[in-house]
Amino acid sequence: MRSATNGTQIHIRNGRLIDPQNGIDGRHDLYIVDGRIAAVGSAPAGFAAEQTIDAAGCVVCPGLVDLSTRLGGLESELEAAVAGGITALACPPDTNPPLDEPGLVERLVRRSETLGLARVFPIGALTQQLAGEKLAEMSGLARAGCIAFSQAKHPIVDTQVLLRAMQYAATFGYAIRLQPQDSQLARDGVAHDGEVASRLGLTGIPVCAETVAIATALQLARETGARLHLARLSSAAGIALVREAKRGGVAVSCDVAIHHLHLSEMDIGFFDSNARFDPPLRAASDRDALRAAAAEGLAAVCSDHTPVDADGKQLPFGEALPGATALELMLPLTLKWASEAKLPLAAALARVTCDPAAILGIAAGTLGVGAAADVCVFNPEEPWRVTPETLRSRGKNTPFLGWEMAGKVRATLVGGRVVFGG
Amino acid sequence: MRNPQLNAHGELTHLLSTDGLPREVITQILDTASSFLEVSDRDVKKVPLLRGKSVFNVFFENSTRTRTTFEIAAKRLSADVINLDVARSSTAKGETLLDTVDNLVAMHADMFVVRHAASGAPYLIAEHLHRVGRTDVHVVNAGDGRHAHPTQGLLDMYTIRHYKKDFSNLTVAIVGDILHSRVARSDIHALTTLGAAEVRAVGPQTLLPTAVEKMGVRVCHDLREGIRGCDVVIMLRLQNERMNGALLPSAREYFKCYGLTPEVLALAKPDAIVMHPGPMNRGVEIDSEVADGPQAVILPQVTFGIAVRMAVMSILAGN
Repeated sequence: MRSATNGTQIHIRNGRLIDPQNGIDGRHDLYIVDGRIAAVGSAPAGFAAEQTIDAAGCVVCPGLVDLSTRLGGLESELEAAVAGGITALACPPDTNPPLDEPGLVERLVRRSETLGLARVFPIGALTQQLAGEKLAEMSGLARAGCIAFSQAKHPIVDTQVLLRAMQYAATFGYAIRLQPQDSQLARDGVAHDGEVASRLGLTGIPVCAETVAIATALQLARETGARLHLARLSSAAGIALVREAKRGGVAVSCDVAIHHLHLSEMDIGFFDSNARFDPPLRAASDRDALRAAAAEGLAAVCSDHTPVDADGKQLPFGEALPGATALELMLPLTLKWASEAKLPLAAALARVTCDPAAILGIAAGTLGVGAAADVCVFNPEEPWRVTPETLRSRGKNTPFLGWEMAGKVRATLVGGRVVFGG
Repeated sequence: MRNPQLNAHGELTHLLSTDGLPREVITQILDTASSFLEVSDRDVKKVPLLRGKSVFNVFFENSTRTRTTFEIAAKRLSADVINLDVARSSTAKGETLLDTVDNLVAMHADMFVVRHAASGAPYLIAEHLHRVGRTDVHVVNAGDGRHAHPTQGLLDMYTIRHYKKDFSNLTVAIVGDILHSRVARSDIHALTTLGAAEVRAVGPQTLLPTAVEKMGVRVCHDLREGIRGCDVVIMLRLQNERMNGALLPSAREYFKCYGLTPEVLALAKPDAIVMHPGPMNRGVEIDSEVADGPQAVILPQVTFGIAVRMAVMSILAGN
């Protein structure tokens, strides 16, 4: 982290403080000393603010924690993250080259620390080159800073390798993240295998591609005792499997991407390649099930930020690259979901703060006294329109272009340092 | 959502799909085609409607037959026709689809007839032309992936109207590989728009798209049930690569279960017509006795196809 805090004392006042982790939602001032939360409500003894942030009309909450951010350009994307109120993010291993070497991980950690923007938590490759054949050096990767292991979007086809990978990870207590999609059932698929893909003549990815992979992963988790996180669920049937497994006592968590809470296959319209996602946008009933799962806390919510340049999107739908820019849309889209689902703001914010922090096993997503002062101050009402110019990310590709959003970040603090706004 | 094939006045500006094509526009195309049919019987088979216009046949996927029918149609309208076999030139050098389009626009193309292996490619081109303000350049979809082949769909409608006059009492069976067929999708949308009483999708589950019934068809897995009482039977071509694999065990078994034989055709109405978009696989989806029999209208389809393509191009050029 770009150093520090030198005993700086910051007073964030007049805001509505929401700290889902500690069950706080009310008018409270926040006091920061030495980069840490010093007090909530009334000033600690001897406090003398050197900097005051007036949060009148704003919500003060823990900095958002994102379970999956693809970093194209490190600096631009970390700037986009803090502009979106995100102070900690996990980076999947499908970088180029993939994160299967401790040296690569160390370099990523060092470079991001030098920038001093959002905190970056790398996720290591489960297998070498993500090829699904030979295990990666998990222990070395963990020492270099990896907090979990995954194959990103490259499922292990050989289930014996998957079993071994989970056994090995379980040996050391490492968490495993799998994006459940059976690669053979999904072969050549570019959209949800349903009404829209059939009409548009697009090759479908059936729901069973997800449920078969989830069922396999859950069985292997039972077998091995590995800590399993299922990333980017897209279907009602997939959610049902996870709910049942949790009831049965399996240590499993899951997440959904923010765009899956708002969009369905219908949003493909006339082949809009901005609506090409992996996993695909599914039926409206699936979207409703994902919303319900997030509302009840079964699933955390992530940005699944994937910047794609124009060359990757200005192609026929099936040839276009999947994914969307999302760092700066995660907060307003979370607010939009909360308002549409009539969900208390604190519950919605939990899905993007303390819940993902718990899944990642990192000390973040809380405003508890003594915690690092990673804070997001946002005006929940402020309207803005999504245009390429409003986005700091290199990725301008999003199906939300032109949408009216409510909710704008006024200030973001990382370790008690104002890294955006203020 | 803006319908990319219609302009602000609801007139046809591109022909991309029969899906979302208003009934009046379809009828206008069929009526116009009717007036062009006699041009083909004249000694001088030309009208000057597209004189001075350049029609570019841009085929990213080879198809000599379809390209030829468009070429004949454009030439009968007196257009200059340029055939580009893009499959073997620009894209092989790594040029993107839209770069190719920009280059051709710079050569003063007035109309693109596009064939592409990817569903939706003509939409991408139409959207691009809209974005760069070239609303004077028109796109005709000559087949995109599995999505649409609207001129084939329209010529099928022309054929049905020619023989059956009215759509409202018709039962139409579409038989075969609907999953991979752009023709089937174009036929289904046109038929439901024109108010056909019943459209049946006939084939094994492996060859029917998921939720095909949402397109307004009745699904029949049994050929006999599908053909019984029909006015129109549209047979689809089974591509060679689908014949032996995970979709179907063999061509022989397919013919046994879904091949149109005189015996099966006898279950349809006595005056039922049999159509096929060509090229046919005799002995795979259709028995020669049916293909060459009195109920087959497969060659008239080809003749009507020229008139329908002339109609589409002349209407686009006029809008």
